[in-house]
Parts: sequence; structure tokens; C-alpha cells
Amino acid sequence: MSDPTLPTGVERRAFDGTSRLATRGPPVYGEATDGEWRAWDPTRSKLGGMLELGVETGFTGGETVLYLGAAAGTTVSHVADFAGPTYAVEFAPRPARDLVAAAEPRERLFPLLKDARRPRTYAHVVESDVDVIVQDVATRGQATVANRNAAFLADDGRLVLAIKARSEDVTADPETVYADVLAELETTYEVLETTPLDRFHADHLGVVATPR
Amino acid sequence: MTDIDEGGGTNPPAVASTATDGDAGWFAGVTDDTDPELAANRVQTGSASAPRDWPSIAVNEGIVDSQTAYYDRLHVVTTAATRSAVRERERADDQQLVHAVRAMDDCERLANELAERVAAWAGSRFPSSSPGIAGARALATEDPTDELDRRVVSLATRVSEIADERDALEATIEQTAPAVAPNLAAMAGATLAARLIALAGGLGSLAKKPAGTVQVLGAEDALFAHLAGRAPSPKHGVIYTHEFVRGTRPDDRGSAARALAGKLALAARVDHYSGVYRESLHDDLRDRMATIRARAREDGKNSESDESDENGENSEETRGGHDE
Repeated sequence: MSDPTLPTGVERRAFDGTSRLATRGPPVYGEATDGEWRAWDPTRSKLGGMLELGVETGFTGGETVLYLGAAAGTTVSHVADFAGPTYAVEFAPRPARDLVAAAEPRERLFPLLKDARRPRTYAHVVESDVDVIVQDVATRGQATVANRNAAFLADDGRLVLAIKARSEDVTADPETVYADVLAELETTYEVLETTPLDRFHADHLGVVATPR
Repeated sequence: MTDIDEGGGTNPPAVASTATDGDAGWFAGVTDDTDPELAANRVQTGSASAPRDWPSIAVNEGIVDSQTAYYDRLHVVTTAATRSAVRERERADDQQLVHAVRAMDDCERLANELAERVAAWAGSRFPSSSPGIAGARALATEDPTDELDRRVVSLATRVSEIADERDALEATIEQTAPAVAPNLAAMAGATLAARLIALAGGLGSLAKKPAGTVQVLGAEDALFAHLAGRAPSPKHGVIYTHEFVRGTRPDDRGSAARALAGKLALAARVDHYSGVYRESLHDDLRDRMATIRARAREDGKNSESDESDENGENSEETRGGHDE
């Protein structure tokens, strides 16, 4: 039952009668499993939500990935299940402890306790020309983070970003926030697609972009 | 490959590492795997001005035989490095944070005070000198010619060093506060979180304080003047530095401070008793702030006056935790 829009290694499978996205790997956060497949919850993962909504993320499977804002590894563990070498950057120690646990059984997942706003502190570890940057950081200045990390991305690579409106400015209208973030992104990237993720994540905009 | 721009290090605060950013990978100087700690240490503390094709470079330099071997090794090293860095940061306790924030404040006060003295002195000897810490930093690069000039320049050098230490302490606080108090640090910012903990005397004592006390921490003089019947109740203490309070129009600052203090008190309790980051807490505060700030916009539209729920009535300690 493979779906042509999904990357290789991600499939829709039936869990308790409902069809859900799934990848193959050791369980991480108590998700439903079926043999070696484990369900990917789109309400807990912005990338999962984007794939569920049919966004063209540019993932086909086997890519080299830089994941910014890996948190406890919920999403990045699924990415590492179907992608190639995956660098996971997380700033806060507590979730990073769980990230290390998720990375342990995944040979091509590299956890890094680093600040995504300061890419020089991991430029000696993360290789150049990665195929995809996934960004899910809940801080103000999300476009700045993406722009500063553009140096890692291959010329034909993809930035897959979830903009969280409430992290930028709670008092402003989300549409205004999205416009501001996109305008700043466009100094470095060409935006290919934007999709509201509200079905799974309130006040989030999914963005796919490529370097200019 | 062009160097990565980190915006001059203005935000987040600069750490004195940029000058040493090289163009070598984490494996440079780590020739065999007999010393796993060395490699892990390089991963955690190293830096580079731009990324390169590290897997190929490592193979070409003979560090590893193949890209597969490179990634195998990288996995071992990064998990070890991150595990030990996490452990080290989690060992940081609230008392260390209290020391760090007090030391930072001392350095700041000292640097400013000495910079004034330097400016007063230097004005009589170096006509181009300018006041403040920036002036002292500029002066520190001068070449003194006689004994008195030497003393002025030497003093300016101390000012510059103390100011550097202040910045380094701030960077340390930025790093440790999220480990000590993840919710409080996310809500208040690292420095304000550390200050609240320091004023309360520890995270445990902060967690036991009612929201009304958190609201006026740092405004003790005004509070006691109020309790003695000599003054109106203070609207806010150190939480004034928070954008939610300072960025709200004066009429609504009492409400904003009350709402923020309520959530900060909850954040401190979650941090002390559970230590897990809880997103709903932060969303609640953002929604509440949006409501408070919307009042300013509504008042602008129909300048009819409000329903008397405003400033001034924020007095007692029982108020706060459950702000409508």
C-alpha cells in the first residue's frame, strides 16, 4: 500500500482499523506499533502533519538531513527511520536526554546539544550540502534561524519549516506574522509552497523552500 | 564556501569563541579511537566558520577507511558527547544559577562604576576618549607612553575584562537556566528566571511563593511602604523587564503583571516538582496576554471607558493564580 507522494520508507498502514502514517524502527514515545512498523502521529509532529496533508516536502527517502529543534526526538526518530544520515540539533538538556535515547538504536541519527541560532558551534560536525533542513524551533526569529543555517543546504536542497505564529508575536494576527517571516525567509530562500497546518497544529504554517 | 553569519553575536549574547572558529572538522587531531573523551569534547566545544564535506575529508585524511566507518564513528561520538553534556548541564542546580546571576549583576555594576572613573580620568589625558564601557574598551587598545597613561589604560583594560566576564556569565546563565527551570526560563527568559530564583533564594522557595509575591519580587521597598500605609501597592517587581509587562500600555500593566506572575508561579512549581516542559502553560499565558492587549485596541475604537477591572486593585497576595 505505498503512496506515491510519500517518501520511500513511509507507508500508510492500518492500526486498529484506521489507516495511519508509519515508519520502520524501534518505538520512541509509546506510539502504536505493528510488527516493526510504528505509527507516526500527525498531531504530535509538524512534519507528520505536512506529509498527511500531502505537502511536497522533497523527501523521497535516504536523504542527508539537518533537523533543527529536535526536542525529545519524536519527529526526528521517524525521519531517521526513512532518511540517510540525520543530524539532530536540540538546545534544551532535558528533552535532549530523550533524544539521545531515541538516537542510540539508530545508527545514522546524530544527536547534538547545540543552539540552532549559533550554527558555527556545530559547523565542524554537520556536513555541507545536506539535502533537507527540517526546522521546528519555538523561538522568536524563526526566519533568522533558517537564514543562518542556509550554509548547510545543497543548492537544490529543501528547507521544510513549520512557522509557529505564537512564538513570534502573540498579539499580532497569525497572517501578519506569516507574511513577516516569509518576507525575511525570501532574502535567502525561494518559497515553493505554504500550507496551513491548523487541522493538526493551531496557528502553524508549513513552508517548503529552496535556496536562491 | 562563505562563512556563516551569526548576526554579529548580538542575539544571542556573544561568547568569545568566534575568534577561534577554524575550518577543521571535529575529528582534527583525534587520530585514533583510544580516547573517546577527546573526540566527544571536540564535538561539544569545537566550532567552524563554515560546514564542509566532513565525511570525504575524514576519508581523504585517512582518519577512517570509508564513509560508512565515518558515520559509525560519528554516531558513537555524538551520542557520547551529547549524553555527557546533558548530564553536566542537568547537574547544574538552582544555587549555581543564583551565584551566576548575582556575579553577573556585580560585574555589571562594577564595570559601569569603573568605566565612569576611567572616563573622568581619561578625559584629561586622551582628548578622543568617550564615556561608558565602549569608551573604556577603545581606550584599552591605546598605547600608553608614560606612567600615568599606563595606569589609565590598565584600568580601562580591567573594565573591558570585567565587562567580558559579565557577558560570559550571561551566556552561562542562558545555558544553565533551561536545565534548572525549563518552563520558567522559556516563559521569563533565562536572565529574569535566574533573577526570580535568586530573589526567592532558590527554586524550591520560589515554587512555594504565591503569585502575588512573585509579582512584586524585587519591589520590596515599595511593598513595605505600601503595607505601612505610605504608598500605593506596587504593580510589579523585576518582572517589569519582561516584554509582556513593559510592552503593554501603562493602563493595563497591572493586569499584565498579574497574569504573568500567575503563570510564572505555576511554571516555577512545575519546574520544581516535575521538571518537564509543559507547552499548555505557555499557550495559556499567550492567550491571556493577547486578550489584555486587545483592550488597548478596543479602547482606541470606542473610547467608552472600561469595566473597572483595571490597575490599582492588584493588591493582595491571594490574587493571581487564577486570573479569570
